[in-house]
Amino acid sequence: MTIDLILFLILSLVAIAAALGMLFSRNPVYSALFLVLNFITVAVFYLLLGAPFIAMSQITVYAGAIMVLFLFVIMLLGAESLVPLPSALPWQKPLAFFLAVILAVESTYLILSSAQTGVITAPDIAVNSMENLREMAMTLFNDFLLPFEVTSILLLVAMVGAIVLTNREKAGQK
Amino acid sequence: MVKVDYYIILSAVLFTIGALGVLIRRNPLIIFMSIELMLNAGNLAFVAFSSVYKSFSGQIFVFFVIAVAAAEVAVGLALIVEIFKTKKNINIDEMNSLKG
Repeated sequence: MTIDLILFLILSLVAIAAALGMLFSRNPVYSALFLVLNFITVAVFYLLLGAPFIAMSQITVYAGAIMVLFLFVIMLLGAESLVPLPSALPWQKPLAFFLAVILAVESTYLILSSAQTGVITAPDIAVNSMENLREMAMTLFNDFLLPFEVTSILLLVAMVGAIVLTNREKAGQK
Repeated sequence: MVKVDYYIILSAVLFTIGALGVLIRRNPLIIFMSIELMLNAGNLAFVAFSSVYKSFSGQIFVFFVIAVAAAEVAVGLALIVEIFKTKKNINIDEMNSLKG
């Protein structure tokens, strides 16, 4: 048992427990906070895998911006006090659990049967240097320039779409 | 020394939990969070392979996935707010007509 493996096991337990907590909380606010915990553990995994820039983007964009938006909408709608209605399909829950167990077992089996030989060692200190970030930026702006520009258009469309959707009744009154 | 398999199995488990959340919860906000969890599980697999093969392409793909997730959440939450304004409820079973 190396220190890497111990750290990995503890963090994966926290990640899975946070995901289950998100799934089974009655209150959506608790779900959102459990999901923040899960995102932060995944960010620590990214640091262990030697991707510091992605780890920081994960914390700022996911745990920061997206989850704040979620909490804002939950509190705006007062969704934490809504009573859950009886489900229209009573057989759906057991069937969903059954299918999820099948999915987990077969994906684990397939991953283990086609065992990858790769081993992840702890990143050395040079990974967190500026040189590494510069290299990643060179790849992003040379090899992936077109996807980068398309992403900017996508974000613009999403921004305009969100404004148009929430502003519809004012347009209808004219 | 952690084998890359462990990371991929963790990613598969998180993905399964997210898929289960989409199936069993009736609150569209929780369903959205489960979708975020599934995207995150995919990202973890991308970064694990990127670390094994010493290539930046996986990390850059994760960067794009994060941007797409942000766009998706902005539009999706706007839709949920709009549905709540008309129906005064956000149960997923009642969202069965395209006409508001």
